[in-house]
Amino acid sequence: MAITKDHIREKLIAELGAIHVDVEDTSPNRCATSFKVLVVSPQFEGKPLLQRHRMVNTCLATELKEIHAFEQKTLTPEQWEKQKQQ
Amino acid sequence: RWMCSSSSDEEVLKNLGQMVKKDKVVVFMKGTPAQPMCGFSNAVVQILRMHGVDQYTAYNVLDNQELRQGVKTFSNWPTIPQVFFNGEFVGGCDILLQMHQSGDLVEELDKLGIRS
Repeated sequence: MAITKDHIREKLIAELGAIHVDVEDTSPNRCATSFKVLVVSPQFEGKPLLQRHRMVNTCLATELKEIHAFEQKTLTPEQWEKQKQQ
Repeated sequence: RWMCSSSSDEEVLKNLGQMVKKDKVVVFMKGTPAQPMCGFSNAVVQILRMHGVDQYTAYNVLDNQELRQGVKTFSNWPTIPQVFFNGEFVGGCDILLQMHQSGDLVEELDKLGIRS
């Protein structure tokens, strides 16, 4: 089964309590299944970058086995608000 | 040599423990710093270069399937490239890029005695 943008988004919302998820399918730019995600979740609060990325990796562990390239950005709601204003 | 194909997974993991401590900065990548074979690996090389880090140990995972799998298990990280500072796993390309943008990378390199 092919991995879809919606599948990734729904999983991150359900398992990481994400309040906002952007998923970009970057497969056409590369040679295989590739995604770029922005995840905004209050669960990232107070956690270092590495731990946040590990949370995303764990959430999508099954999918990552089939994804060739995966880019991620992890923000807290507060950081996201700040970024939107810039 | 640890690269010999008969080495067990356990051996690979044990060797990785030593490999990441070999240098202040150790990178597992696709290709070499002189010739990266993937955009993400290239990004790591460029970021390090921007910060004046030119002396580091790089391992080409494309040369060795056991290493390619082994390093993922070792650091519990699913993708390549992987960056280590002082034997500690730092992250992949996204994390290094975000550290570069936030200024944290300068600080971390400073701790290693490397001036950006």
